[in-house]
Amino acid sequence: MEDSSPDGQSMISLREVSKTYGDSSSPAVASLTLEVLRGEIVALVGPSGCGKTTVLKMINRLVEPTSGDIEVNGSSIRAGEPHLLRREIGYVIQQVGLFPHWTVRRNIGTVPELLGWPAERISERTRELARLVGLEESMLDRYPAALSGGQQQRVGVARALAADPPVLLMDEPFGAVDPIIRHRLQDELLDLQKRLRKTIVFVTHDIEEAIRLGDRIVILNVGGVLEQEGAPAEILSRPANRFVEDFIGSERNLQRLALRTVAELRLKWGPVVEVSTTPRAARQAARREGTDWVGLLSDGLLTGWIPVSELGGAASLLQMRPRPFGMTIGRSFSLRQAVDALVASRHEMAVVTEDGHYCGLVDFRMVSEALGSGRATEDGR
Amino acid sequence: MSFFNWEWVARNWTTILERTWEHIFLTAVAVAVGTLIAMGLAVVAVRRRRWYGPITSVTNILYTIPSLALFAFLVPFTGLSTLTSEIGLVGYTLLIIVRNTVAGVDGVSPGVREAADGMGFTPARRFWKAEFPLALPVIMAGIRIAAVTTVGLVTITSILGQGGLGYLILAGMRSFFWTQIIIGTVGSVILAVVIDVFLLRVERLLTPWSRRVAR
Repeated sequence: MEDSSPDGQSMISLREVSKTYGDSSSPAVASLTLEVLRGEIVALVGPSGCGKTTVLKMINRLVEPTSGDIEVNGSSIRAGEPHLLRREIGYVIQQVGLFPHWTVRRNIGTVPELLGWPAERISERTRELARLVGLEESMLDRYPAALSGGQQQRVGVARALAADPPVLLMDEPFGAVDPIIRHRLQDELLDLQKRLRKTIVFVTHDIEEAIRLGDRIVILNVGGVLEQEGAPAEILSRPANRFVEDFIGSERNLQRLALRTVAELRLKWGPVVEVSTTPRAARQAARREGTDWVGLLSDGLLTGWIPVSELGGAASLLQMRPRPFGMTIGRSFSLRQAVDALVASRHEMAVVTEDGHYCGLVDFRMVSEALGSGRATEDGR
Repeated sequence: MSFFNWEWVARNWTTILERTWEHIFLTAVAVAVGTLIAMGLAVVAVRRRRWYGPITSVTNILYTIPSLALFAFLVPFTGLSTLTSEIGLVGYTLLIIVRNTVAGVDGVSPGVREAADGMGFTPARRFWKAEFPLALPVIMAGIRIAAVTTVGLVTITSILGQGGLGYLILAGMRSFFWTQIIIGTVGSVILAVVIDVFLLRVERLLTPWSRRVAR
């Protein structure tokens, strides 16, 4: 179990931590023991009332445990003042909680300002963070009210990362944005995590989000009872009990899709040709693949598609105006996203590109084969 | 013609201005002192909730005492002085400013509060750097109401011989000279409007973030 690499060490450890609120007779969290390793994302997931937010807030002492002890980075969180502890732990919440009377710039610099960094260093760090989370520099001097929900949450993440804390606590950070933005923010978080290797505790009620983001998932039941913890694949393939099974839900096959990526598939080339070939060759490619369209490449870059019917009189493909593909996916996308793209596509194909370069196509058959059971996707296809 | 005597206005222009300045001075001092005291009370009420009830009760009682009666009650102690008028005037500003300050702080979104705590603000810092500035629009609304009310009340302090536009009204009533009454009344109404607009400007200046975002 013990790993000598820095990434294997325990960063946060909860030992028999319980919390009973004020006059309540039943505990919100009952004797929870949990290790979070350095550099991993642990997703705390469970129905409302399972105490997941309480667990999170006990780590930065927004809630004090009734009993038990918590260590962060090797020392008890009770060693010092709560506000000093919190400056060392990034915190992101669903309501974002940006200060409306401060510009985005000052919001991002909140913790460095508390830590007394010199103005120049704060300003430099702020710009760096804006770049990191994908905010244009022109937004730095706006007030939060001028930003969209997704942008505000990016600022929230940047603010949490400002003083480069080793630990990040995230309480349903993407719960208030629409599904498309949520998906994008999740991708960005994973991307950030590849570079930053923070230790992240992520609270969500959404099992799909937990599966996408968590290196490990901790499933809690009402009263803070730990039902199962493990890697997403492990939980999906071997749910420990009836509760976990129910919680994972009927979408289980789709959940499994979320775990696999496009990179695992052997993509097929499909009816795709370089614009330098002749319209005749393009027609043949379409016939060979049994499609009524061809995709066009210009030096390997995908430019779009044209219907076979338009190829008839054309002298050269170069003069044709290809229609853009509505949605393309990358190799790092999950099969779940591939299926979404398939369903949305008029060709029942998902187009895979990397930086504009065409990689190949995904169809339903390939997805179901990858799952090892044809039942995973729509059976009729 | 006999109803309004322009000639009198022209002749007594400097007196009218003088009375107006007295009026402004009495109002400004009352609102400034009232704001300071009210803020102090509000901070106590916000930090220690159980004090909120008693503080509002007392300021509420002050607010309901008829002004004439209050001045009459104070005269034996503080005489026909500026102090007497200011004690009364300040007393009437407290309720509105205390209540608006507490309401303003309570109105700060829980998300902002949680974020401030989570970032590592001390309670004092959270109040002064987040809650208080965010409550400013509501606090300023209270100060504006208090200021407008005070402009009206200052006309009554003229019975204490403290000048102001009320002096003109009082003098006009004694001699049934309408011009004086009208100048005093209209002057104090205009003054109330001007002060209100001025404070609105101050509020805008203090809270540039609350302005509607142009797209």
